[in-house]
Amino acid sequence: MITVAEPPRGEMTLVAGRPRALLDVPTHYCPGCTHGLIHRLVGEVIDELEIRTRTIGVASVGCSVFAYDYFDVDFQQAAHGRAPAVATGIKRVLPDRVVFTYQGDGDLASIGAAEILHAAARGERITVIFVNNAVYGMTGGQMAPTTLPGMRTTTTPLGRDVRVHGYPLRMTELLAQLDGVAYAARAAVIDPAHIVKAKRAIRAAFTAQIEDRGLGLVEVLSTCPINWGLDPIQSLKWCETHMIPAYPLGVFKNVLA
Amino acid sequence: MTRPMTRVLMKGNEAIAEAAIRAGCKAYFAYPITPQTELAEYMARRLPEAGGVFVQAESEVAAINMVYGAAGAGARAMTSTSSPGFSLMMEGLSYVVGARLPCVVVDVMRGGPGLGNIAPSQGDYFQATRSLGHGDSHGIVLAPSTVQEAVDLVGVAFDLADRYRLPALIAADGLLGQMMEPVLLPDPRTPPPAPVWATTGADRDRRVITSVYLVPEDLERRVLDLMETFRVIEHVEPRFETYRTDDADVIVVAYGSMARIARSAVDRVRREGIAAGLVRPITLWPFPREPFGRPARVWLVAELSGGQMIQDVRLAVDGRAPVEFYGRVGGMVPSPLEIANAIRSAATKKEGAPA
Repeated sequence: MITVAEPPRGEMTLVAGRPRALLDVPTHYCPGCTHGLIHRLVGEVIDELEIRTRTIGVASVGCSVFAYDYFDVDFQQAAHGRAPAVATGIKRVLPDRVVFTYQGDGDLASIGAAEILHAAARGERITVIFVNNAVYGMTGGQMAPTTLPGMRTTTTPLGRDVRVHGYPLRMTELLAQLDGVAYAARAAVIDPAHIVKAKRAIRAAFTAQIEDRGLGLVEVLSTCPINWGLDPIQSLKWCETHMIPAYPLGVFKNVLA
Repeated sequence: MTRPMTRVLMKGNEAIAEAAIRAGCKAYFAYPITPQTELAEYMARRLPEAGGVFVQAESEVAAINMVYGAAGAGARAMTSTSSPGFSLMMEGLSYVVGARLPCVVVDVMRGGPGLGNIAPSQGDYFQATRSLGHGDSHGIVLAPSTVQEAVDLVGVAFDLADRYRLPALIAADGLLGQMMEPVLLPDPRTPPPAPVWATTGADRDRRVITSVYLVPEDLERRVLDLMETFRVIEHVEPRFETYRTDDADVIVVAYGSMARIARSAVDRVRREGIAAGLVRPITLWPFPREPFGRPARVWLVAELSGGQMIQDVRLAVDGRAPVEFYGRVGGMVPSPLEIANAIRSAATKKEGAPA
């Protein structure tokens, strides 16, 4: 499943390269952030499914607001939380195109909770990539709807007190219950084995749309070293030891199976 | 020569819906709210038959964002609502303007503020004309005063929206939405093909629709371009109608349903020998300034609000004559007699006053 983006040079053979669906540009993401990795997985899946020239992405608000600068597909940038509504508008008038949203936890689980819930309830034939790093990254590390109990953020300086701030939202489990959802899974990108599984989930979430089965959703547990105050390696470890126990990995719904 | 058109009796809301379909509207998204709900119901029934898409949105917030997506994908897209829902659309409309997307939004205004009531009002004038949401944001605002004019302006709205890549609003009120009048419906039109900027997902250079420009120099350039478009619109697109203004001492300024009442009032006081006339703005933004060059002794603004358009009238009159106001609020609609009394009072009060 390796895409060869450039011809071999000299005596050497290129065995891995940039996916065709990604542009050859540097990203603005912080060192150790896993957005770039998740972009790559989405790009590889778009290549493998051969849908690049009929895919339209919807970028959200947050760190991934400039996703449209990195994918070589048509893109619309949506208001905070509204990406599923924008995607609905696109998909309904262009039903034979592939439409995906790329949203963070604040965008999807807080300000856009209504839009994702109803897009899922309607069974919109769209794919949702939901990146959960338990924090508002772009605004500088505030509490997100997915912040863990006790976790320190700039708006929970003493740690998230559930008596004050409530509990984290497990959106994938919640959405998996809806009849309009064809595929719902949670994955992590902490090591090669998990990354392979994450890619498989992303591929299934696109396939659910392409096969006209319903909404496909993948929640990807991500890292935010800068706002977590950890280095990239520690962040991956923290994701494994703290995020995964709170957000169990797995496929919660799959009508394709 | 097109085939002869038939006059049919239609409710304002339904006539607007049918006119939109005939103007090539292919995508409609809305949330139920009185007094515009018949528009959504008509669309639910008729638009799919006409090859379009109807989706009942979970909120007006979602509806305007669905419009954003569909318009960005190159379809003639529309939503309709009433005042509280119009408030909810402000966020999305700012993005529509920022991303330069064409669409049509119908606001069948009702009494406010807050939940107010479902009776006719013109209380959304400020919200519609001053700024659509945050930022330097304008849409073209058309204010029909009859069901026939509403039908005609819906087609105009789609064309203006496409021409300037901006939202075009139909500012109606509960009276116009609910009343039935005979209308001539236009022949169905084929919508224009998807524009060259539309994100249609095809094998060519990628296209991006966005309103975010983090570098101030980039955003300034973008907004200055928008301002230039606004200046062109202000120059080219103002529309208005005048009635018996040639020799008028007192000129009433009213739009929409209120203009019909004011017109009756003008006829009534004319019979008493008062030289009254009427200026009826058809575009609320751009506001038509030209008719206010007339040498009236006094202007009387009549609105179904506490006094909103009067600000534009005062700017246009620019202190050359007094500008009086008569308004009803809370969904109350005045009779022609009430307006006639206001005209008499304006005429009397200013008698002998220096020009």
